Amino acid sequence: MSEKPKSGSTVIEPSKPEQPRTAQAPSVRKPSAKETAWEQQTLNPTLTKSPERQEKFTTLSDHNIRRLYTSADLADWSPERDLGFPGEPPYTRGIHATMYRGKMWTMRQFAGFGAAEDTNQRFRYLLSQGQTGLSVAFDLPTLMGYDSDHPLSEGEVGKCGVAISSLADMEVLFDQIPIGAVTTSMTINSPAAVIWAMYLAVAEKQGADWKKISGTIQNDILKEYIAQKEYIYPPAPSMRLVIDTFEFGMKHTPKFNTISISGYHIREAGSTAIQELAFTLRDGIEYVDWGIRRGMDVDAFVPQLSFFFNAHNDFFEEIAKYRAARRIWYKAMRERFGAKNPRTWALRFHTQTAGCSLTAQQPYNNVVRTAIQALAAVMGGTQSLHTNSLDEAWALPTEFAATVALRTQQIIAHESGVTNTVDPLGGSYFVETLTGEVERGAWDYIERIDALGGMVAAIERSYPQREIAEASYRYQLEVDRKEKIIVGVNDYVSEEKPLETLQIDESVAVRQSARLKQLRAERSSDEVARRLAALRAAAKSTENLMPFIYDAVKSYATLGEICDALREIFGTFEEVAIT
Amino acid sequence: MPDKKIRVLIAKPGLDGHDRGAKIIARALRDAGMEVIYTGLRQTPEMIASAAVQEDVDVIGLSVLSGAHNTLCPQLMSLLHGKGMDDVMVLVGGIIPEADIPGLKKAGIAEIFLPGTSTQDIVGFIRGRLPQRA
Repeated sequence: MSEKPKSGSTVIEPSKPEQPRTAQAPSVRKPSAKETAWEQQTLNPTLTKSPERQEKFTTLSDHNIRRLYTSADLADWSPERDLGFPGEPPYTRGIHATMYRGKMWTMRQFAGFGAAEDTNQRFRYLLSQGQTGLSVAFDLPTLMGYDSDHPLSEGEVGKCGVAISSLADMEVLFDQIPIGAVTTSMTINSPAAVIWAMYLAVAEKQGADWKKISGTIQNDILKEYIAQKEYIYPPAPSMRLVIDTFEFGMKHTPKFNTISISGYHIREAGSTAIQELAFTLRDGIEYVDWGIRRGMDVDAFVPQLSFFFNAHNDFFEEIAKYRAARRIWYKAMRERFGAKNPRTWALRFHTQTAGCSLTAQQPYNNVVRTAIQALAAVMGGTQSLHTNSLDEAWALPTEFAATVALRTQQIIAHESGVTNTVDPLGGSYFVETLTGEVERGAWDYIERIDALGGMVAAIERSYPQREIAEASYRYQLEVDRKEKIIVGVNDYVSEEKPLETLQIDESVAVRQSARLKQLRAERSSDEVARRLAALRAAAKSTENLMPFIYDAVKSYATLGEICDALREIFGTFEEVAIT
Repeated sequence: MPDKKIRVLIAKPGLDGHDRGAKIIARALRDAGMEVIYTGLRQTPEMIASAAVQEDVDVIGLSVLSGAHNTLCPQLMSLLHGKGMDDVMVLVGGIIPEADIPGLKKAGIAEIFLPGTSTQDIVGFIRGRLPQRA
């Protein structure tokens, strides 16, 4: 912790690819003589007798799909170059040689509600039901860096996740859960450094070795500006905080993922599959750029960067997206950054089924949607998976609904047979063509963002925000016009009984406020003031802030106090609202 | 005399940043010929009430997905009442449990639109209530 890294730089010099990365435009499709004969002898008479249901068939993201894919579609495709073997570049077939024959994906259900003790109970239940990793959902005040008793927290405490205002809450959250034995993912972004410091402090108290513990902090501030909008500080100091965690993690927690670069929220905000892929990977490139500018070696810190994608309804489009993601990342790391470490090249990702695809109407249908989406994630080679619960269009899940969601994964893993072989769709005319098209679409976007000066510059010009808003509105109009059918919403509508859902009342806020009052009375306020002053001073310098945040957390300074100290130095961010 | 355009304030109260719905509604109402002002994120009830007065709107559309509606909506209604804005139509869209709907209507919310509502239904509702306007 003695090094003094450079940080806080606002000069943005994006890395430049050696040559345009766009895969070459495909050559004109030349059907074989046999295919032409089939068209004339079999297809055309059929079309004359009974025309197809619609003129155009498209994916959920409006990508055109042909009637039939044949070897003519793969004329430019090379199995050696574009497919390869699992565990080897370009990783199209997966990042492990044996994939699920060796080890199943981690079944990681996102959970969090009420106060720390409520969520602790749910965690212990999920682990007892065969879940293999934890994933913490925090409430909105925590995500925004406010304590539960802040005026802006009114009405929001414990509603969308668990309320964590200090190390004392984190200790309760992991009571009787051995941090050394489970891996934990934490969905926290702007205040990620603070929440991570709390987790590391609990690990230390439990006697767990930082070098061995494993888990993930989401810590992806770029997609907050783009899509989810839970930002606190302006982009430059926010990026500094992210790079501080990379650097700290590289030295102290080599098995911890210091970021989960997320397309999930971009997709939920209404993007297409290609936009999700492109913006997420360009975010990844941006983080690598900033890490290198800090003076870190690409092959030393990038292996701790992980990804997070959405699994939406369009089965093959999603599978193509995951396969293309691995190929693009490999090429970007190798060609753009000269990475030599296979762990830098291999894109590891978590998947969550699409929350925005769940319907409030006929909620039991959501089990089926989730199963199809989860199957796509598995066919696409995910490393871990969250399956949404059937009642999540209404509320946080009940224990019953959360159990069905976990069972869905277990059925895919143990009953469906899809885990018996690696990349079961590899070599399919359709899947390989679609993978190539999705990849090309993503490279086009990546190049456009390069031309804008990188992702931070693009965000400041609202470029990805506008692209997503356009796609989201287009989709809504298609639904309104019934060009896209949502069962139970704009077609196949029926009367139904209301669902029993989980309700969080205001008693959580009362409990949290009392706990904070007690904490503030019992801790050493002198020490808290000293630690916060040291943090403020460090924030003005270029020092890595993680050690200062860790010290503040250990003195039981609250989340709100720590975030406020940084607000004083960094200022806050407000977006230009676009509609 | 030509009819004045319907003026709508679309607002996102609370800490939640999920603005997909708010932006879609803002654009759909604008496409339907209304004048739409979007407040942006994280507006307190005070900020929304002040904006409603300043912009002299006919309709306020609140997007709430976070579960904070029972706190935020009644606060806004009483602030509007305090400013003499009793005739402004307040609509809520988002994730609102059925059990909370009667309470919100009693507080003065004109209508609650749940997930799956089409944009035309919302346009139709506003026009139905303000038939004299463009």
